[in-house]
Amino acid sequence: MPAKTSFDQLVATAKDIRKDIIEMLFTAGSGHSAGSLGMADVFTALYFSVLSHQPDNPWWEDRDRLLVSNGHICPVWYATLARASYFAHEELFTLRKFGSRLQGHPVMHELPGIENTSGSLGQGISQAVGVALAAKLQHKTYHTFCIMGDGEQDEGEVWEAYSFAAAHTLTNLTVIMDRNMIQSEGYTEHILPLEPLRSKLYAFGWDVMEVDGHDIPQLIHVLREAKSAYLRPTVVIAHTIPGKGVDFMEGKYDWHAQPPRTVEEARTALNDLQTLQGKIDHD
Amino acid sequence: MTDTHSPMLSSQTVKKATRDGFGETLVELAKNDTKIVALTADLTSSVRMQAFAETFPDRFFTVGIAEQNMIGIAAGLAMSGFTPFAATYGVFMGRAWDQIRVSVCLNNLNVKLIGTHAGVSVGADGGTAQALEDIAMLRALPNLTIICPADYEETKKAVRAAAQMRGPVYIRLSREESPILTQSHMPFEIGKAQILRQGQDVTIIGCGPLLDEALRAAAFLEKEGISAEVINCHTIKPIDRDTLVASARKTRCVVTVENHQIRGGLGGAVAETLAQRFPVPIEMIGVHDSFGQSGTAEELLQAYELTAPFIVKAVEYVMKRKHSSLFPAVD
Repeated sequence: MPAKTSFDQLVATAKDIRKDIIEMLFTAGSGHSAGSLGMADVFTALYFSVLSHQPDNPWWEDRDRLLVSNGHICPVWYATLARASYFAHEELFTLRKFGSRLQGHPVMHELPGIENTSGSLGQGISQAVGVALAAKLQHKTYHTFCIMGDGEQDEGEVWEAYSFAAAHTLTNLTVIMDRNMIQSEGYTEHILPLEPLRSKLYAFGWDVMEVDGHDIPQLIHVLREAKSAYLRPTVVIAHTIPGKGVDFMEGKYDWHAQPPRTVEEARTALNDLQTLQGKIDHD
Repeated sequence: MTDTHSPMLSSQTVKKATRDGFGETLVELAKNDTKIVALTADLTSSVRMQAFAETFPDRFFTVGIAEQNMIGIAAGLAMSGFTPFAATYGVFMGRAWDQIRVSVCLNNLNVKLIGTHAGVSVGADGGTAQALEDIAMLRALPNLTIICPADYEETKKAVRAAAQMRGPVYIRLSREESPILTQSHMPFEIGKAQILRQGQDVTIIGCGPLLDEALRAAAFLEKEGISAEVINCHTIKPIDRDTLVASARKTRCVVTVENHQIRGGLGGAVAETLAQRFPVPIEMIGVHDSFGQSGTAEELLQAYELTAPFIVKAVEYVMKRKHSSLFPAVD
């Protein structure tokens, strides 16, 4: 486990990623704020601690695979990859522009580190099952992670994929579910209740772990544990706050598919992040 | 430019199903290519993957009745260097169309899609089971190659060619046995139509086992003094514009023949090509905006007007249209 000072550095990295997200989305003029901000700590834990990877050799054949199934949160993926030196930081601000490699939803191999295409929900998990199955067939020891949204669990394909992964004992596959309780037009439990999620997932043959999705040391601990599973595939339910770090966005589904709309909003958001609402002050 | 062959009308007593050509070839290919894996959605025997499953159990996956997941898994396997063959009934490609679009075609992944039970000739299973829209729904997808082999022999070549090329391919196959029209030594190239029979007065462009009906029609027409060219347009996408245009330029009228909806099918594809390059009158033999139903293959081919006598009638009519604008197109 990283030392205390290293954890502090990871917290600072996550904050930088959130600031990138705000600036990218404001520059783009459209995009998804809530989930992107909410998953910054998870992405930081993955790319700066948990994943076995080589940013200067992005398609290294033994790398751990990270697939994103809820492609609309790609600003956090792009920002994390840039912070991890997969590509130049300034390219982040081409997000959603004509000719950019940073499309509004991610496209496989358009950028170093972008493992898969998603945007049509429910498909990334089936792709990840195929990737994990391929590892078993090839006797490869890499681990496959798949990031999913909680609203995405509405898609039937997801449950087809869970059944298959359990039937084939894909212990080399871990789902990280962003349990932020919102989807595009409301709260998950109002639209199509997912609970009791934990027991549903367990009944589908998966081991389930739950974690505070903003506690980086805990995330690292839990994700490493998931990586060494040997009985069942694992789903890590990461409890997150949508819009995390920006006071006026936190917990509100309205920000699912909204960028900061005005300079004022963007400034306020960046200021919130700078101080993390006064809760943390690293600078 | 185009390979020309005489039809093998004499050997038409030999009948085999195109799906059998697929199943046998898949096993042969997999013996030398360990990257080949096979998936199906609870239809192992129907899609002729039984032999593969028995020979290569470690490389075979029956995913349950879950077509969307099957296509996604195939994409993931292809992302990791495998060549997956994912097979189900042609009708069920529609269930996974979005997965074919986003997970496979957009990434130009090396997934081979096999759709069996094409056309009304599926028979007794009825309208829900008869794939009549698969070409139409898949033809709109970039990067995807679409092949509808004429017979068992050509299916074997098409499966080999699909395995050799990189990128997604859809191969449309039939349930029922059909005459073997081509010979194993005849060349096969994806995207290159074959002239099965040379002619001067009309071009009949077909795909799949119905080419047998087209050849019968051409033989009948010959006795009436009409010289029909018969083209095996086995690759529907990318379509062989050069061969189609050259033939239309020669005969000045065309009849298309397919066991599929004419809208969006081979008829649509030929019409798009000729309308842009060399417009001539076209009549279309195929299903005209309706669903299938139960019956024997023979009854249904007759009821949906897909047999040789209807092709003859269409030829006679399109030749009238060629000579006089007074005859309207038949919809």
